[in-house]
Amino acid sequence: MSSRVDVQNSAEEKLQTADRISQDLDRVTIRFAGDSGDGMQLTGMRFTESAAQIGNDLATFPDYPAEIRAPAGTLPGVSGFQIQFSTNEVYTPGDEPDVLVAMNPAALKSNLGDLPHGGTIMVNEDAFTANYLRLAGYDENPLDDGSLNEWRLIRVPITRLTLAAVEEVGLKKSLAERCKNFFTLGLVFFLYQRDTDQTKKWIDNKFGFNLDVARANKLALQAGYNIADTLEVFQTLYRIPKAELSPGLYRGINGNLAVSLGLVAAARKAGLDLFYGSYPITPASEILHELSGMLSDGIKTFQAEDEIAAIGATIGAAFGGALAVTGTSGPGIALKSEAMGLATMVELPLVIINVQRGGPSTGLPTKTEQADLLQVLYGRNGESPIPVLAATTPADCFNMTYEASRLALKYMTPVVLLTDGYLANGTEPWRIPNEDELPEINIKFAKSEDYQDRRFAPYERDENLSRPWAIPGTPGLEHRVGGLEKDLLMGRVSYDPDNHQQMVETRAAKIAGMAKDFPPLEVNGPDNADLLILGWGGTTGAITSAGEQLRAKGYSVANCTLRYLNPLPNDLCEVLERYKQVLIPELNLGQLKLLIRAHCLIDPIGLNKVTGKPIKIQEVVDKAITVVERPESVDEQETDKGAQP
Amino acid sequence: MTATQAVQKPELTRKDFVSDAEVRWCPGCGDFSILAQVQKCMPKIGVPRENIVFISGIGCSSRFPYYMDTYGFHSIHGRAMTLASGLKASRPELSVWVITGDGDGLSIGGNHFLHTLRRNMDINIIMFNNRIYGLTKGQYSPTSEQGKRTKSSPMGSISYPINPVRAAIASEATWVGRSVDIDTKHLSSMIMAMASHSGASFLEVYQDCKIFNAGAFSHLTDKTVRDDRLLYLEPDQPMLFGKEKQYAIDIKTHRPMILDMERSRMDSKDLMKYDASDPTLAYMISNLDYPKFPVPVGVFVDIERASYSDLLEGITNEAKEKAEGPDDLRTLLAGNNTWSIE
Ligand code: SF4
Repeated sequence: MSSRVDVQNSAEEKLQTADRISQDLDRVTIRFAGDSGDGMQLTGMRFTESAAQIGNDLATFPDYPAEIRAPAGTLPGVSGFQIQFSTNEVYTPGDEPDVLVAMNPAALKSNLGDLPHGGTIMVNEDAFTANYLRLAGYDENPLDDGSLNEWRLIRVPITRLTLAAVEEVGLKKSLAERCKNFFTLGLVFFLYQRDTDQTKKWIDNKFGFNLDVARANKLALQAGYNIADTLEVFQTLYRIPKAELSPGLYRGINGNLAVSLGLVAAARKAGLDLFYGSYPITPASEILHELSGMLSDGIKTFQAEDEIAAIGATIGAAFGGALAVTGTSGPGIALKSEAMGLATMVELPLVIINVQRGGPSTGLPTKTEQADLLQVLYGRNGESPIPVLAATTPADCFNMTYEASRLALKYMTPVVLLTDGYLANGTEPWRIPNEDELPEINIKFAKSEDYQDRRFAPYERDENLSRPWAIPGTPGLEHRVGGLEKDLLMGRVSYDPDNHQQMVETRAAKIAGMAKDFPPLEVNGPDNADLLILGWGGTTGAITSAGEQLRAKGYSVANCTLRYLNPLPNDLCEVLERYKQVLIPELNLGQLKLLIRAHCLIDPIGLNKVTGKPIKIQEVVDKAITVVERPESVDEQETDKGAQP
Repeated sequence: MTATQAVQKPELTRKDFVSDAEVRWCPGCGDFSILAQVQKCMPKIGVPRENIVFISGIGCSSRFPYYMDTYGFHSIHGRAMTLASGLKASRPELSVWVITGDGDGLSIGGNHFLHTLRRNMDINIIMFNNRIYGLTKGQYSPTSEQGKRTKSSPMGSISYPINPVRAAIASEATWVGRSVDIDTKHLSSMIMAMASHSGASFLEVYQDCKIFNAGAFSHLTDKTVRDDRLLYLEPDQPMLFGKEKQYAIDIKTHRPMILDMERSRMDSKDLMKYDASDPTLAYMISNLDYPKFPVPVGVFVDIERASYSDLLEGITNEAKEKAEGPDDLRTLLAGNNTWSIE
């Protein structure tokens, strides 16, 4: 089915809104795709905000090229933004879109494969010129050759309508054309009955410095909305009623922002200054940007000359008594590993954020992967145990960053937090916690008074095997630390063989002992079942949804996620043993699987994907049903209840 | 102690800066002399001992912090300046010292050398230059002269050396000096001068490695030749050298030249005076090398320029003034785009 919008006559075709059919849907997934210069990220984010304001639960995922501006109209230049919004809880941005908004032929071509038959395609017909078709590798115009018959095609001359709408402002044509993303947003707003006011306010804020541009964007937005109102193809409108989220004050948050705020919160609760030393690297730089924008007496950032300097400065700040943090991605971790060993040796608290991306080497900078797990666990010389935590959703990045900071400070150790490109850039609504909801972080710096009658011993240990933190400026506690092995109490350089054995074992025991702080594993689903789907990090959302779907169909399946990867939780093996089989989906070739096999002596099944894309719910479901018995109740024709607009 | 008793802190002496660690350099190593001068100077720099921190990398010189009874950090190869930068940025009230060597500071740590200096990070860097890798047993270093035969250059090194002072000037350092391990008086005057400089200070010390590069500088620094072969730079003074200060360096048509005071019948009043606030002049003078010229020591560069700490404080205050709303955690977490769910 194809519908065409005529520029001239569109105004006369106005339908009465009352004539339209309004349909309630549980959930919808929209993907906006265009040239990286088309402003699709911005369009997606504005739509996200409106969905959030209405009270939908949602998750988003931007997918953008590594090049800042690849040549216009080409396949590598396509930038996409996907949002799933729902009246129920959502855990992922959606496996596949119900609606694809394609601003040019390249955007159509590179995304069509993900759109199930029957889905809706909205295109900017004006961009389907001979030149753009050629750049995208189309011999024939797909809008005309019938190749899109399996989908519901809505053709809108977006460029021309936008130009007409903003003509009165008198902008240069190139500037006027840029407003087409807001025009498009207006169309989509109408389809889902969203209000444009909030976005207009946002435009005023954002473009207030240039009143003409602000006005043009608002005109385009309204024009898109109004024109949609005149079109027959928009006869059915969709309502996605608000979700039941717990009451409170919310903001939209992505993983990188959540990490930044988690650090700020931990520093405040601990009463420490926050020091963030970092070197620009995709996809972690945003943390540096966020924190730099929050500069204050208690929040300092340091853009170092390289990755090594970034962690070196951080270790210096930790020696001085700050909550010291460095953030990077896999290649940066490789450079920092010697210094991570130093932090382990001197036993200073440090938080190391690794926003994982596709590797090895430079790999896929803007794509996601979970292949640094073994790197952060083992990628150092000597016996160098470092605790490793992983966040599971964008908002969970706040919790786990806070937890990483708490543990680093309590146990006087570097701690690695793994997030990934998917979590870093994906957004979801986040309920802003009150200060008293956050766990206490108690800091006890060593004080001069405590050592009136005895010498300060830098490597004396408390019940957690943590050593004291004596910071410069404390009279009488002057002491030296360093990367050489040291004697087990006074910290003097020691090459004594037995001392080394004991120090290596003590450092290992300290980290292993942290597991006593971890909460028991949470399993969704039955305590005993045929299958446990076990995940960690960014695949958690897909695994949770897959578990729910499988159980709804009667499969004997539970699911569980690991937030603590080193040390592993004390109850892990006992939990795993309750299930006949364990399936581990991960975006690598089986790194957690290897750990579980070594740690619990069981043999999990892997589901391993390394395409640079997040794992889909359906992929987990498909794999799971190959290993568990099909319950009799399952009707193979049954489909997911998410409806197609 | 009762409250009425004034807490009289005893004056500290050199001994208070001597740690209980056994010093493990080779007998006769130039490092001993530098350690002694630093320990002598520390009580005089006007900073409480607990606010002094020594940070080093790896190499013979980098054992230094263990021997100082201050806060100390023996870090990893080449990275001392990064730790010092982070510490100073977060604790500006501390007096932070970096001890490094020619290999540690200019080879593996070369990048940090450049950036620490250009940022004018308010730390004091002393580079022990012995023109050799000592701790790894004698390979040529970035300051080794071309043609140097070592275990890793049996045919003679084919690498051109780098001059630490010139590298520091090129890195926009605001205080650059050079001294000699055995010239204790000069060395301590340099240490005191760098301690009082606000911003990054860099001191190269010619240091004799008795074992792997013995006498690398003795053709310049031996008492018998020192007067003729070293040029002691003095601020705003003519550049005189020789036992009787009978020679002078002057610059004519952009080229330094040696004047014989007697033969040229010059009055020292008419000679060009050294100006440490002029990096161009400093760079030109730092090019002087033996045997054509005497080798300059002393303060090459001394410039007033806001330090990293000053600037950080400035933008922090500016940010505080601009900040809206209360400074409580919840406001920070909320940002300015929220919605409520009842
Ligand atoms: S090897 Fe050379 S520099 Fe090192 S301690 Fe011995 S004499 Fe000193």
